[in-house]
Amino acid sequence: MIRPLLTAAVLSFGATLAQAQNPILTVYTYDSFVTEWGPGPAVETAFEEVCACDLRFVGAGDGAALLARLQLEGTRTEADVVLGLDTTLTTQAADTGLFAPHGLTPQGLTLPVTWEDTTFLPYDWGHFAFVYDNTKLTDVPDSFEALLAAEDLSIVIQDPRSSTPGLGLLMWVKAVYEDRAPEVWAALAPRIVTVTKGWSEAYGMFLEGEADMVLSYTTSPAYHLIAEEDPTKSAANFAEGHYMQIEVAGMLAGTDQPDLAQRFLEFMLSPAFQTVIPTTNWMYPAALPPADLPAGFDQMIQPARSLLIPADEIPALKDAALAEWLAALAG
Amino acid sequence: MVGGAGRVTRLTATVGGLVLAAVLILLFAPIASLWGQIGAGPWFGPGDLAAVRFTLVQSLLSATISVALAVPFARALMRRSFAGRRLVIALLGAPFLLPVIVAILGLLAVWGRSGLFSQISLDLGGPRLSIYGLGGVVLAHVFFNLPLVTRLLVQGWQAIPPERFRLAAQLGMGPRAVFQLIEWPMLRAVLPGAFLLVFLLCLTSFAVALALGGGPRATTVEVAIYQTLRFEFDLSHAARLALVQLGLGAAVVLLALGIARPTSFGRGLGRLPQRWDAPRRAGPDAAVVLLSVGFLVLPLGFVIVRGTQGLWAGPEVGLWRAAGISVALAGTSALVTALAALAIAGLVAGLPRGRGMLVEAAGLVMLATSPFVIGTGVFVILRPYVDPFAWALVVTGVINAAMSLPFGLRILVPALAAARANYGRLADSLGMTGWGRFRHATLPLIRGPLGFATGLAAALSMGDLGVITLFAPPDVATLPLYMYRLMGAYRMDQAAGAALVLLGLSLALFWVFGLLGGRHAHRV
Repeated sequence: MIRPLLTAAVLSFGATLAQAQNPILTVYTYDSFVTEWGPGPAVETAFEEVCACDLRFVGAGDGAALLARLQLEGTRTEADVVLGLDTTLTTQAADTGLFAPHGLTPQGLTLPVTWEDTTFLPYDWGHFAFVYDNTKLTDVPDSFEALLAAEDLSIVIQDPRSSTPGLGLLMWVKAVYEDRAPEVWAALAPRIVTVTKGWSEAYGMFLEGEADMVLSYTTSPAYHLIAEEDPTKSAANFAEGHYMQIEVAGMLAGTDQPDLAQRFLEFMLSPAFQTVIPTTNWMYPAALPPADLPAGFDQMIQPARSLLIPADEIPALKDAALAEWLAALAG
Repeated sequence: MVGGAGRVTRLTATVGGLVLAAVLILLFAPIASLWGQIGAGPWFGPGDLAAVRFTLVQSLLSATISVALAVPFARALMRRSFAGRRLVIALLGAPFLLPVIVAILGLLAVWGRSGLFSQISLDLGGPRLSIYGLGGVVLAHVFFNLPLVTRLLVQGWQAIPPERFRLAAQLGMGPRAVFQLIEWPMLRAVLPGAFLLVFLLCLTSFAVALALGGGPRATTVEVAIYQTLRFEFDLSHAARLALVQLGLGAAVVLLALGIARPTSFGRGLGRLPQRWDAPRRAGPDAAVVLLSVGFLVLPLGFVIVRGTQGLWAGPEVGLWRAAGISVALAGTSALVTALAALAIAGLVAGLPRGRGMLVEAAGLVMLATSPFVIGTGVFVILRPYVDPFAWALVVTGVINAAMSLPFGLRILVPALAAARANYGRLADSLGMTGWGRFRHATLPLIRGPLGFATGLAAALSMGDLGVITLFAPPDVATLPLYMYRLMGAYRMDQAAGAALVLLGLSLALFWVFGLLGGRHAHRV
């Protein structure tokens, strides 16, 4: 009995050594990315097969909270890579000086726009949309104008200060209506059931039947269709066009694993990562031909126009837009 | 170095003085450090003004409604004798031990958009109730403070000599005259203090405003500080808000010290004077008692039923880990509170005059200082030297201990003063000093109050959802934070399970510490 025990001891010692030698790559991301049904576990397995490293995902808050967390930790942060900011935050994030250029020339991007950012790389994208239950809502608004006119329709949205969809809606309204945005918010205000802090709270309320429509993505119905075989959820197609969200990752200037971080960003745009995205994050991958999308995604609505305010124009616009939103909703 | 009875030994004075100094530094150094953060920006943005306005409006409404409802409730309790009356009065102390986030879950189940009353309203063809916003914040504050004010008023009624009611009956006074001549003067003395206490508690309330308000319509200053730090990372802005908050609190404390002070914590309530003036028809009083008790008990019933179902379905991953962290945190922080309160009380109890005033003022200042102001300041102080996130639990524990200190002092100061008055001279004449004197002549006399104070501090710390929301490392959660995250993901069943565990552990900690005190008291 001594020999097997010894062997086991030596083996486990060897394993400990191997682990100790493996460098650790810490990736800060939003909470839903790291849940068991999110992309985190599959991405971790796939990257660890090729990197000879230990990939650690850390859920550190959503959207603006993720960035604030990083600023709070400053140069003390353990993060090597941050994954989960979007183009409404990238300029502000780059201005903190905490990020390093990615130094890559991405190939095969399938975004509807060209990508020129030298600090951040995209990994997926989507269109914001109002999602409804097609067995309950019959008179579906086909434009923002129709939504404004439908006075008995209740909606639930997210707080732009804490949530990226909430901020996306702010920019959507700004992109469509520009100076008329305050009137639009004033018209919408009475029908907003509540403003939630994050996406999951709002979506949960919608599923419980507490509002007719919820601000989410054109691809949200794919989740119900593919994962739950439930075709009752649809996204409303608005004639004015839909605002885009492009989710990005970047490496930190203070990382002690710059090569590994760069390899992760490269891996992020490879099929091993990209094929995980559609059915875990329920977004369009940033570098995967549409033909490779799983069945069900072809049934999603295709917006007539993609709206996106350039990232460098966001900071100047955001504060004013937020003040208008607050003024309309605080009354 | 033994002093005479009523004097303080050098050791007691030194230890008490050092601890008091440490507490004062903890309270005021963060504020000083925040001054240094203030940049050139404007003092008030439009959002800040809205937050100040909302804070004042909700505090005013919460205090007014709590006081207005507590008067008939306490009056009914003090002029009617009925089965379960003592239980009702005992229950008035329960919300104090109740974790705020648990109460919020219960209130949502009763008053929420898919709660009990919304369902009833929908079935009757009415609208859904909307709990988010001003209404919900005030509702939750009334839930917590109605029992508190009622307790204070019950004490007020008890302080009226029963002979006065007898005399009034002899003179043939009706309920109206009794109210005007006997009860109203008491209310006029007690109510302003009670009102200001509730106003102060609501002014700095965080978890309620975060969970039920927080949207643009309902942001308190405390929540605005949280949002500024969590989403904007604007230290200068947070510091300005923190000072505004402190200014509001200080103004209320000054008012409170100027007007009557609320009477101290009383235990052993419930003595009922004979009341000849009570109207023959008991219906209105019965309705008041039933409605008030229903309002207080219904949400808890929901938490217990749903929590049992949630746990039955299988506890969520991470629940027990969070529970373990919370118990360790609450236990440690309660012991720190007890030791600090003992040290300071030893000093204060030996002071000849003005000690009640001193404790009262210190306690109110601590209540007015929000944990977020301290947390933010400690963070700013620590950041250049250590990783504040690595110290999140320690900082939380210390702040929790400081927040429970006013309650610990109120309980321990009278106990120590009594011990000194009764046995001080005897111990002096026996030449007992130092640890031996404390062990044999003081501790046995104050064990009960000490256990009570420690248990209270443990329960308060266990249920706290404050600074930890900001500084928790991503993979660490206390039980209230864990529960809050589940609610944020709209996973209400799992949150209810966690709520039941949290409720059980809070009460268990309170009970265990109380038992430790009580058992020793019997042995001696």
